[in-house]
Amino acid sequence: MLRVDVSKQLGDFRVEASFAAEGRVTGLFGASGAGKTSLINMIAGLLRPDIGVIGIDGEILDDTASGMHVPAHRRRIGYVFQDARLFPHLDVRQNLDYGRRMNRVTEDTARRARVTDLLDIGGLLDRRPGQLSGGERQRVALGRALLAQPKLLLLDEPLGSLDDERKVEILPYLVRLRDEANIPMVYVSHDAGEMRQLATSVVMLKRGRVTGFGGIEVLPGALLPA
Amino acid sequence: MFELSSAEWTAIQLSLRVASVATLVTTPIGIAVAWLLARRDFWGKSLLDALIHLPLVLPPVVTGYLLLLTFGRRGLVGAWLADHLGIVFAFRWTGAALACAIMAFPLLVRPIRLSIEAVDRRLEQAASTLGAAPWRVFLSVTLPLALPGVLAGMVLGFAKAIGEFGATITFVSNIPGETQTIATAIYSLIQTPDGDAAALRLVVVSVVIALSALIASEWFARRALRRLHGN
Repeated sequence: MLRVDVSKQLGDFRVEASFAAEGRVTGLFGASGAGKTSLINMIAGLLRPDIGVIGIDGEILDDTASGMHVPAHRRRIGYVFQDARLFPHLDVRQNLDYGRRMNRVTEDTARRARVTDLLDIGGLLDRRPGQLSGGERQRVALGRALLAQPKLLLLDEPLGSLDDERKVEILPYLVRLRDEANIPMVYVSHDAGEMRQLATSVVMLKRGRVTGFGGIEVLPGALLPA
Repeated sequence: MFELSSAEWTAIQLSLRVASVATLVTTPIGIAVAWLLARRDFWGKSLLDALIHLPLVLPPVVTGYLLLLTFGRRGLVGAWLADHLGIVFAFRWTGAALACAIMAFPLLVRPIRLSIEAVDRRLEQAASTLGAAPWRVFLSVTLPLALPGVLAGMVLGFAKAIGEFGATITFVSNIPGETQTIATAIYSLIQTPDGDAAALRLVVVSVVIALSALIASEWFARRALRRLHGN
């Protein structure tokens, strides 16, 4: 279970959010500027809350009252960024292997094969990030985060930089990931359609505050066939 | 005409040795300072920045004289080093290397700093979410991406060290075989009757070294751009 109860001042904008999420995919839903990215940056440990507590499964990651702050590199929280952020000086294989190397985990070819199969990136291993399409880049970023064996996976609008055709291409992989990878995920998006297809519970954010929490029925607009 | 005498060879070899040692010793320090300036905010940052650039704007003779006062045999640091560690800089080739290192330092630091600043911090964040501790982020992401800038800085620093004159001659004088570099040898030769031909030969050598350094530096800079775009 992910527990978040934080407050952070960013310029004249304030994120003040409290929620507890259980379930495979927690959707963080809100318009741009609602504080979604700031919130998951805090969960990832890239941003420190001014006041508050963040914890996963009873393990405290941030607790400003006791001065506790686990740095990002010790959290084992995977993060897939909107802009992929693949390392340009490494090829796809080395990008995928990065988390394993940094966490000093022994090589597990079966696991790597599973992930590359799941995401269909086995044919890209020798390419450089500059030679990949946007959709391929995002799939490699997903694989890279998964192979670091995270306890939680954060996805910040992973389809946000893709055109509609590419979105349709990636979405099935995300559904497969949800159903097969067995890692709890926090999925950030401002697209209600995406949310309906992926999320198992939804946290609604508006101007830095939680305005609603529940199943996908809390999402606005007419229910589209998923 | 282009037959180098042994004295000229000695000066060229000494120049190369002095410049290589100066560059290799200052590179790790330069990387650390460049990283501090590019990535950290701390009290006295602009003072540090100004101090590093000081040798670029001071008359070299002033830098040389300050070195003599500090690292000379009776200088504050020089006397201590000589008594306790047996290290002497004054009138030795090591002193020439020290003078060149200080004169070349601002030129070495600048490209490294710029290339570290150009490394996308979001890539460093990505690395930390993948489990990399800060020093491993630096070694596995920041430094490799900044490497062409580091090489460009080393080349520029080396070229500056090869050509250094004022601080060197003030600090360690112009002793053939010990502290006489290409630059100070040319200076001696043009004051000697019949020295013109020899001086000209050394001039050609220094032009060739300087040109190669600039071309190499430009080449590294272009590689840096390619690397950052991930092709």
